[in-house]
Amino acid sequence: MGLSFDNLNDLQLDALREIGNIGAGNAATALSKMVNKKVTMTVPRVALLPIKEVPNWLGGPEKEVLGVYLAVSGEVTGHILFIMTVENALKLMRMLLGDLAPSDISAVFEPDEMSASAMNEIGNILASSYLTALADFTGLRLDHSVPSLAVDMAGAVVDLILIEIAKHGDYALLIETEFVEEEDHVEGYFMLIPDTGSLEIILKALGVV
Amino acid sequence: MKKSSIGMAEYKVSKDPEEVLCILGLGSCVGLCLYDPVRKIGGMVHILLPEKIEKQNNPFKFAETAPQALLEEMKREGALKRDIYAKISGGAMMFSGSNSLFDIGQRNVEMTKKALAELGIPIKAEEVGGKKGRSIFFYVKDGKLEVRAIGREIITL
Repeated sequence: MGLSFDNLNDLQLDALREIGNIGAGNAATALSKMVNKKVTMTVPRVALLPIKEVPNWLGGPEKEVLGVYLAVSGEVTGHILFIMTVENALKLMRMLLGDLAPSDISAVFEPDEMSASAMNEIGNILASSYLTALADFTGLRLDHSVPSLAVDMAGAVVDLILIEIAKHGDYALLIETEFVEEEDHVEGYFMLIPDTGSLEIILKALGVV
Repeated sequence: MKKSSIGMAEYKVSKDPEEVLCILGLGSCVGLCLYDPVRKIGGMVHILLPEKIEKQNNPFKFAETAPQALLEEMKREGALKRDIYAKISGGAMMFSGSNSLFDIGQRNVEMTKKALAELGIPIKAEEVGGKKGRSIFFYVKDGKLEVRAIGREIITL
C-alpha cells in the first residue's frame, strides 16, 4: 500500500506548504513581468481535501467557474487544475489586462481570443512556477502540457479530475492562492493531483518519508 | 417536490411521486435514468468511468456494471424489466485538446449504451456529448427528464 494523501504527517504537509509559498512567489514575479505592474501572491492555505468538496468551496456544483487544466509529466505524473469563480476570473482579467479585459461576466463565458489566451497564460505561469519550485526542492525532472480552458458549472469542470482521482485516491493538494494588486485582490485555487505513486516519489525526494 | 441530489458513484431508486432525482454540475460523467412507467418507479445513477477497475467493488461507479446494478435495485422495489426504459445525459468534453483523459465523456456514453443493449433495455431519450456541463432532473411521477445547461433553454426529454 503506497502513501496516500490521507496519512501525511505535519512535517510532510509543511514541506508541501513551503513549495506552495515558493511557487506563489515565482508566479507573482512572472505575472508582474507579464503585465508590467506589481502583482503579489499569497498562499493563505494549503490543504489536503477530498476533491468532491471543491464545488462546495466554490459555492456549489452549479456555481459558474473558470478552470485551467494541465497534465504533469516527467519523473512524477499527475494533474493540475487552477480554478476560480467567474467573478474572480473577471477581476483577475481586469487586474492583468486593464482596459483590454472583457467588460462583463458574459464575456468570461464566451471569451474572445485575447481573454482566453490570457487565462491560459496565467494557468501556464502558475503551473510552471509551482512545478519549478517543486523541481528545485526535489531535483526531479518535471514537465507540463499546454493549458486547456473550461468555463462552466463547478461540478462539471471538476468531475474530470474527480474521475481520475477515483481510480486510486480521494484527495488533492489544494493551494489556495490570492492575487493582490494594490488594494484589489482575487482568490483562486491551484490544485495539484499526483497520480498513484507520484506523491511518494515527491515526499521521498523532499526527504520527509 | 423534493429534490434528491445523486453524488458521484451513487444511485437512488424511488417510488415517491413527489421526488425529483437530480445531478447538479454533470460534466464527463453520465447520468443514467431507468423508469418503469407502469409502476412509476424511477432510478438514477451517476456514472464516472467506462470500465470497471479491479479491486473496486462499487458497481455504480462504472458504465460497464452500473446499468445492471441499477436494474437489480429497480426490481427489488417491484419494477418489471419488460416495462423499463432508459434515458441518459452527460458525457460532455469539458476541456478540449489531445489528452486522452478528455475523451472519457464519450467513452462513458458508449459503454453505458453497450451495457444497456446487452440487458435489452431500450433508450427512450438521450442528450449527451457536447462541450457543456449539465444539471439534470428526473421526475419520478412521470419519468420526465429535464436537462439544464448554462446559456441554453431547458431541454425536456
